[in-house]
Amino acid sequence: MTLLKEFILPRLAQWLVVIFVGTTITFVIPRLSPINPVDQAMARISSFQNVEPETVVALRNSFEELYGLKGSVFEQYLNFWKRVVRGDLGPSFFAFPEPVTELIGTSIAWTVGLLATSTILAWLLGLFLGSLAGFFPHRWWSRLLDTSVIVVYPIPYYILAFVLLLLFTYYLPIFPLVGGGQGLPRLTLDYILSVLHHGFLPAVSIIIGAAAFRFIVSRALASTERSSDYVQYAEMAALPKRKILFSYVIRNTMLPQVTDLGLSLGAIFEGALITEVVFGYPGLGYTLYNAVNSSDYNLIMGITLLSIVGIATASLLIDLSYPLFDPRVRYR
Amino acid sequence: MAAARDLLRFSPSFRYGAFILVVVLSLVALSFFSPYEPDRNRVVPRNKPPSELYVFGTNANGQDVFWMLTFAVRNSLIIAGLAVIIGRSIGVLLGMISGYIGGTLDRVLSSIVDSFIVIPRLPLLILIAAIFRGQMTMISLGFLLGFLDWAYPSKRYRAQILSLREREFTHTAVFAGMSTLKIVLQEHLPFLIPYLLADAVSGFLFAIGFEITLSVLGLSDLSAQSIGTMIYWGNYYHAMLSNTIWILAAPVGASIVIVVGFYLVSLGLSTYLDPRTRLVRLQVKGQ
Repeated sequence: MTLLKEFILPRLAQWLVVIFVGTTITFVIPRLSPINPVDQAMARISSFQNVEPETVVALRNSFEELYGLKGSVFEQYLNFWKRVVRGDLGPSFFAFPEPVTELIGTSIAWTVGLLATSTILAWLLGLFLGSLAGFFPHRWWSRLLDTSVIVVYPIPYYILAFVLLLLFTYYLPIFPLVGGGQGLPRLTLDYILSVLHHGFLPAVSIIIGAAAFRFIVSRALASTERSSDYVQYAEMAALPKRKILFSYVIRNTMLPQVTDLGLSLGAIFEGALITEVVFGYPGLGYTLYNAVNSSDYNLIMGITLLSIVGIATASLLIDLSYPLFDPRVRYR
Repeated sequence: MAAARDLLRFSPSFRYGAFILVVVLSLVALSFFSPYEPDRNRVVPRNKPPSELYVFGTNANGQDVFWMLTFAVRNSLIIAGLAVIIGRSIGVLLGMISGYIGGTLDRVLSSIVDSFIVIPRLPLLILIAAIFRGQMTMISLGFLLGFLDWAYPSKRYRAQILSLREREFTHTAVFAGMSTLKIVLQEHLPFLIPYLLADAVSGFLFAIGFEITLSVLGLSDLSAQSIGTMIYWGNYYHAMLSNTIWILAAPVGASIVIVVGFYLVSLGLSTYLDPRTRLVRLQVKGQ
């Protein structure tokens, strides 16, 4: 009972606060804009033909209704919440009658496929190599890994992706320049292979960036564990190094690592914007980029909202599952 | 001063990093002696590859890439510096208020900070930048990046102050009748400054990366020179397809050199600050 009252309920309350603040921010920011999307839409229509004044008024009314810009700011805010709760994010401005939720639905599969795979692979790779390098800090391969990570890690992700793109699609054209797959989505071997072929380079760029970070964290954690008493005891007891590393050291560093994995899986809904723009991959990030370029506020707000909810929920789930991993939280 | 000498002597990463940063800063200093105005077009022949006359070649608008790069590095560093100053000021201030005053205020501030940490920054930044597209200046970009990068620092300073408050010497100072302000400024601030330095460097890395990202997406002030806008215009004029790759190579190379330099310096600093490695170093010295 105390667990519920002191731990779960405050955490749930915080989740609600984050969602509330995030949704409010996504509501407020577009309204600070000097550009009125209704005027823009009207201009688009009236530039092709002459429109009667009555029609203009009617059109303006229906556009305001559609874009949720009717009435005072407070009424708009209430209506915005009503629509968010119903899961209706309005129509896209750019691909006009198509609802935002549908556009998000088609692109999210690509993003989740690419990001879930590469995030998990990067996590495993960084964890494994980092722990090895932290446990054996004086071997030559450990130093080599260390130096290369120090050079790779701070490089802005865009630069990394861009250099990979230059190298492997232009100078050595092994990988395709844009797209997510060739042909229509079917369950044939050809199509699956083409999806893997198209996704390889974006995935590699994500894995390099994320694994470098994971390497640094794991290395630091493992080298702290290495100097602790139980490891020295295990070494004196002549346990094989492999066993000490895998059964004790890595297991003891798992808690923060699992937290981070959960958080980065939650961040999938943010979309790998830069990856998808650089590699022309048809996921959420690419959709967001196009939405930004065509001032499609409904779509931008939809994706921002989704990413806020995704990350907040992921961190909620992680915090709630702490008692399963960590005895210190369990027994409190 | 003694710390800087120690660092140069004992930390290879600090040594290499400091060397790189000196090179970068001299590039910035050179920008003041540029023979061309930063935004004048057609002052040199167009699309020439690197040569003795034009060290990094010239671009499609007839600008010398080397001199453009000096302006770009200067502006990028100004943006990043502004973002760091604003972000750390908010972070330190909130962390100090939270840590020293405590109680209900601390709980409220901490939950606000925790909410901000969770909110994803890139979509938010893109949303804001898209809305103010065309009105964004280099200065306002710096402010924007600063306002988005204070939550983590603030949390860290709060933790630092909470631990400082419980130290023996704080109690000694309080019992000796030292005023609170004096304790904060004279006793606690010297402990915070090293963390502030290491933290400022990571803020620099964040701001440089985000400036490049926003500019490449065409969302910053595209008429000003910065590392990101150089890449944007390079892509715009299809430097890759028209075989004028040096236009892109210069800003890409410069960005890698700058971030690696800053990162090496911060690595050297944080190893130096870590009490465990300091012990190791003292042993080395004693031998």
